[in-house]
Amino acid sequence: MKLTLHVWRQDGPNDKGRHERYEADDVSEHMSFLEMLDVVNERLTEQGKEPIAFEHDCREGICGSCGMMINGVPHGPKSLTTACQLHMRTFHDGQEIWIEPWRATAFPVIKDLVVDRAGFDRIIASGGYISIRTGSAPDGNAIPIPKADSDAAFDAATCIGCGACVAACPNASAMLFTSAKVAHLGLLPQGQTERWDRVLAMVDQHDAEGFGNCTNHGACQEACPKGISIDYIAQLNRDLIRATLRAKPVEAGKDA
Amino acid sequence: MELKNSIPSGPIAEKWDKHRFDMKLVNPANKRKYDVIIVGTGLAGASAAATMGELGYNVQVFTYHDSPRRAHSIAAQGGINAAKNYQNDGDSVFRLFYDTVKGGDFRSREANVYRLAQISLNIIDQAVAQGVPFAREYGGLLANRSFGGAQVSRTFYARGQTGQQLLLGAYQALERQIGAGTVKISTRHEMMDVIVVDGVARGIVCRDMVSGGIESFTADAVVLATGGYSNVFFLSTNAKHCNVTATWRAHRRGAGFANPCYTQIHPTCIPPSGDYQSKLTLMSESLRNDGRIWVPKGKDDDRAATDIPQDERDYYLERIYPSFGNLSPRDIASRRAKEMVDAGHGVGERRNGVFLDFEDAIARLGRDAISERYGNLFAMYEKITGESPYDRPMRIYPAPHYTMGGLWVDYNLATTVPGLFAIGEANFSDHGANRLGASALMQGLADGYFVIPLTIGNYLARAPRMRVGDDHAAVKDTEREVKERLDRLMSVDGRRTVDSFHIELGKLMWDACGMERSAQGLRDALKRIPELREEFWSDVRVPGSAANLNQSLEKAGRVADFMEFAEVMCHDALTRDESCGAHYRVEHTTEDGEAKRDDENFAFASVWEFKGVGEAPVLHREHLEFENVQLSTRSYK
Ligand SMILES: Cc1cc2nc3c(=O)[nH]c(=O)nc-3n(C[C@H](O)[C@H](O)[C@H](O)COP(=O)(O)OP(=O)(O)OC[C@H]3O[C@@H](n4cnc5c(N)ncnc54)[C@H](O)[C@@H]3O)c2cc1C
Ligand code: SF4
Ligand code: FES
Repeated sequence: MKLTLHVWRQDGPNDKGRHERYEADDVSEHMSFLEMLDVVNERLTEQGKEPIAFEHDCREGICGSCGMMINGVPHGPKSLTTACQLHMRTFHDGQEIWIEPWRATAFPVIKDLVVDRAGFDRIIASGGYISIRTGSAPDGNAIPIPKADSDAAFDAATCIGCGACVAACPNASAMLFTSAKVAHLGLLPQGQTERWDRVLAMVDQHDAEGFGNCTNHGACQEACPKGISIDYIAQLNRDLIRATLRAKPVEAGKDA
Repeated sequence: MELKNSIPSGPIAEKWDKHRFDMKLVNPANKRKYDVIIVGTGLAGASAAATMGELGYNVQVFTYHDSPRRAHSIAAQGGINAAKNYQNDGDSVFRLFYDTVKGGDFRSREANVYRLAQISLNIIDQAVAQGVPFAREYGGLLANRSFGGAQVSRTFYARGQTGQQLLLGAYQALERQIGAGTVKISTRHEMMDVIVVDGVARGIVCRDMVSGGIESFTADAVVLATGGYSNVFFLSTNAKHCNVTATWRAHRRGAGFANPCYTQIHPTCIPPSGDYQSKLTLMSESLRNDGRIWVPKGKDDDRAATDIPQDERDYYLERIYPSFGNLSPRDIASRRAKEMVDAGHGVGERRNGVFLDFEDAIARLGRDAISERYGNLFAMYEKITGESPYDRPMRIYPAPHYTMGGLWVDYNLATTVPGLFAIGEANFSDHGANRLGASALMQGLADGYFVIPLTIGNYLARAPRMRVGDDHAAVKDTEREVKERLDRLMSVDGRRTVDSFHIELGKLMWDACGMERSAQGLRDALKRIPELREEFWSDVRVPGSAANLNQSLEKAGRVADFMEFAEVMCHDALTRDESCGAHYRVEHTTEDGEAKRDDENFAFASVWEFKGVGEAPVLHREHLEFENVQLSTRSYK
């Protein structure tokens, strides 16, 4: 099939950027979206032009590198699918496709479709972990965990850190991302010790990075390729209230 | 080049304990005075950086990704082995050790493998404590499954996303140290070379991939955790950016490269669909627990799988290997699949696959149980092919997947260049000529959490200290060489794209040094590779500028290194005039068509010394002693 692409090209962080139009002929329906871009890039290179910069690595929906707005939708039209897993059979001959980077103040554009998502790492560094010194862990089976809890923690832990939730949100909030980590660790017995400090620190960092507030739009959940649920945001908010109340010193051994 | 493997004396079960006792320790208060560079943030690098930061070393870690969490380890699906014997099915440290040595076709070093099996126990504990949500049974205890090459159930898993969950555990531990200030991270920094001063590794030169700046970093020790080189074949299951540059550059600076020809082909990947194919997708080997592999008995059979009656199907693995069946080791399963396709039994539009069928498992266990085990893999398969494995069998075919070869390291994971260490897939240590499923994650984490943080202390405590300033001549020279090479790449301004060269090299390597190798094919390749490298350097086109983000330039540098590396791979395959594990020389087969080892002449690790581009490398041998596992012919029948 033949497609017309309108791709956001921006030379660097300070460049204004513009859309450029490319004709993609001989696109096979079996190609992935990124393979289609590869073919366009090969042609651009042959013509002596700079290929479109975009991020990718695993190309199987797990590393979270790829991410672009495809016709205004993060990762494109297919739900629960990253851009790298999107296949051209989703499109039809003659279609026009608009391809743009994530747009958010906290995700500045580096070049073309590549943005800086380091804020996510800093949110994790602020508290998205369980403090356990290497070598000091008890036997793996010392604490049985009900399968349901473990499965629920796993569901939250499948976030790939792609940033589609931020791109989809009218406030550019990263609450879905943050809450997924808070939920993953908070659902496990090992995560209880630091539960209240964690949520406070991570939400502070989230705000400090310039991500917006969550106003319960739900666009993040729609956009998330991993099906992360906004129920985690509600859970985060409950933990946040408890944590804020607890922020005053409490008697040892008493759960708030 | 001296190969001192530093294996501690004493019985195998006591070596690691003894060694830990004999090691010199760095006084806790002094640790922060030592700078350690770690390149790579996959399972090996992230776990090493987190642990060394925690111990108090001054750690600086580098990755070409935008975040440590993107490392290729994230994509590992099936699981991680550990000799916990939670299933009470007869597993033990010795059995895991034995299986790994045997699975590696007796081409690994016993002492390292034994230590790996011992440490496997701690890894699971560590990961659970970090919050890794492993699969559990209804009673709340950890679940296990079996994997190829083993008759016990010792694989721990997190649905089909074990690598993701383990890497997130290590990544979070790393981020914790970054938050605490013990580890500094430089993302989007690609290591371009190692700085060697008077034969000792003292730092690295990186390219800042955003600004294009060439920057040097010096330290008391450098650890490479930069993964494997399967992408020499262009098409592989590895992430697109995986490459050999870090280890190759280290090799050029004096680090011996061991067993480069040991590359593993994974039996269960989705066959390519067209010429534009950019990479191959693995379908976890764990699928072979419940899926049955077959092809139509007749040639060029056009019928849909479901229309082919039972008696016209050949479940060839079950037929040839009655005791291991669909769980035969990877090299065997791969070669048999190739044989079937070559003989005209291939399935699918392009006749380039075999079936992996879940019909019986679904009938036996129900659709829900299968979806619980493999749901995400089935969904992935359907996204790529548009076909649902619940309704029709998957189509699979072998693809390059993992590289057992890597920088030669001793028992301490030290390369032949003092001060330079290699961990994870980047080293050659534990898997011999063939890696068993679920053992790479185990090795990466064993190296990173439990081995290198100790052995590096032993090195630092003994090595003479030397401060190398940023203006040291060796630093400046290395920087200049890196710059010159990049300038050269930018200035060729030829007609062909980097990918077109990579694809050509990949095809050449797959044909000559892939699943099957022959002396003639390898000799031809050794003639062709230098020509192709010439063409590359005279006709490649790298558009744009070196002074900002330039993905073509990044690729060009990596492909240029693959062009040099490919040669030593073929030399290695040619010199190893036997078949063993994944290295299959058509001249050396048993009557049943299995790999035929030659222990008399080849029970050694091949360690190559660099002599210049286009110059024949020099072979050194580390002889392998087998004192605890008897050399025997592998049999999975
Ligand atoms: C699809 C797939 C599935 C797999 N499934 C399993 C499984 O189920 N069980 C199992 O045990 N094994 C599995 N493996 C193998 C296993 O995933 C890998 O061997 C292992 O994860 C490698 O880890 P690593 O830390 O050594 O390297 P990697 O995870 O590859 O990390 C390499 C790191 O080095 C960095 N790097 C590399 N070069 C440079 C440079 N020049 N400059 C800066 N940074 C650099 C990268 O940015 C990255 O951070 C699988 C492999 C694949 C391909
Ligand atoms: S929550 Fe979903 S959309 Fe947001 S980063 Fe995680 S996977 Fe991506
Ligand atoms: S490239 Fe890894 S998720 Fe898309």
